[in-house]
Amino acid sequence: MIPDSGNTAFILICTALVMLMTPGVGLFYGGLVRRKNLISMFALSFAALAIVSVQWILFGYSLAFGPDIGGLIGSLEYIGLRGVDFSGAGIPDLLFMAFQMMFAAVTLAIITSAVAERIKLSSFIIFGLLWTTLVYDPLAHWVWGGGWMAASGILDFAGGIVVHISAGWGALALALVIGKRAGFGQYSMEPHNIPLTLLGGALLWFGWFGFNAGSALAANGLAVNALIVTNTAAAAGTLAWMAASWINGKPSSIGMISGSIAGLGAITPAAGFIDPIGAVIIGAVSGLLCYYALLWRLNRSLDESLDAWAIHGVGGVWGTVALGIFAVSGIGGITGLIGGSSAQLALQAVGAVAAVAYAFAVTFMIAKAVDLTMGLRVTEEEEYVGLDISQHGESIYV
Amino acid sequence: MKKVEAIIRPEKLEQVKRALEKRGFFPMTVTEVRGRGAQKGICLQFRGKKIEVDLIPKVRIDMVVPDSDVTPIIEIIRAEGRTGKNGDGKIFITHVEMVAAVRTDEIIMV
Repeated sequence: MIPDSGNTAFILICTALVMLMTPGVGLFYGGLVRRKNLISMFALSFAALAIVSVQWILFGYSLAFGPDIGGLIGSLEYIGLRGVDFSGAGIPDLLFMAFQMMFAAVTLAIITSAVAERIKLSSFIIFGLLWTTLVYDPLAHWVWGGGWMAASGILDFAGGIVVHISAGWGALALALVIGKRAGFGQYSMEPHNIPLTLLGGALLWFGWFGFNAGSALAANGLAVNALIVTNTAAAAGTLAWMAASWINGKPSSIGMISGSIAGLGAITPAAGFIDPIGAVIIGAVSGLLCYYALLWRLNRSLDESLDAWAIHGVGGVWGTVALGIFAVSGIGGITGLIGGSSAQLALQAVGAVAAVAYAFAVTFMIAKAVDLTMGLRVTEEEEYVGLDISQHGESIYV
Repeated sequence: MKKVEAIIRPEKLEQVKRALEKRGFFPMTVTEVRGRGAQKGICLQFRGKKIEVDLIPKVRIDMVVPDSDVTPIIEIIRAEGRTGKNGDGKIFITHVEMVAAVRTDEIIMV
């Protein structure tokens, strides 16, 4: 089959947009940490992009999208991209591979939230390789690659399960293994550069158009709907978080951008199935839920440092379930609870719970294994001088 | 009048500041500084390759206070700023000859 040139042009651009999200995460996180760890946060995102880009070409794509083995994993038929070429339905297979590669990369970047300001770069590289292979690739296969979730009808349009639940709940497990930052809860660890965080968040919102609209895999009406509901949910999430934080103090800009990302994370699984009004509700509820999840984490003094769990993890679960509530049959052919059908809601709940359990348990085991063999964490002195100097030999201002 | 010049860990600043405030010691000037003590900074070792971080970020608190306040201020800074490890800082006390306000013509000669 000869791919369509319009679709191909559109997905090429979407692939580039999604790529920009990974350094976007780096900037977002880099502004939230202390000055001595900015380069480290940015470098972890770049490392994630590099690790996954190579892993995906060698065997990751095959594990995720290769011919199904028992509903659990793809076979190694496409190892080294064997047989993946310019042909394909709608877009070339090779382009689909590249588009999906950017998803895998940004997911690993999100999880660096859990280890901010204390991870050994070398250990992160090994952890990242294992995590992408053992958590991301199977989940992507289950949902998108013809695995058991796809077969049972569980839906995830652009990565609520695959990207946000896996990264968010994985981050929680990873944070529990690596432990709190030295001084967490004793003295303030205020963000050192808020404009960087806002810029990173803005790049994420921008890149998310490629992420969600591109997941239609064609330049068509479904892509248009996905772009509109994405923007709508982000806006509703921003306003909801702002309102909640205003009631409890001041409407901080970091809160606003966190609300945007909460809305974006939640709309991701549902973007191809709901209308803009559904998006307002999903985004607004996500802004509130994630805000209170963040407060809950702080009250438990859990140092999942940059809130991948509260924002991506909780937002991803909510969006995955919300798909089953707000789906409109005229858009993606699925009717949700509001439309009078509860079947999809039950399926979505099963999918969310399974993904949470799998991502949390397997991440915990991988993190433990890396911790016991090479140690996840830098020494106390290295943590004190900061990872920029101790891991990279660099500092932001000389 | 004396000048108290305390060099402490940056992460202890909030704690020290709050404790000083609570006892009524409010006016201060805070400067971000870098420096090293007798232990020559921190030396990180990477498989034979050394990275020396000899100038470590600290903050300096300057306060000009009546002689009688010096002892309680030292006690507070010690109690709140201490971790017990190298790099907790130093406190220097010097004699102040004159304080001149900028806004008014007030001059205090000591």
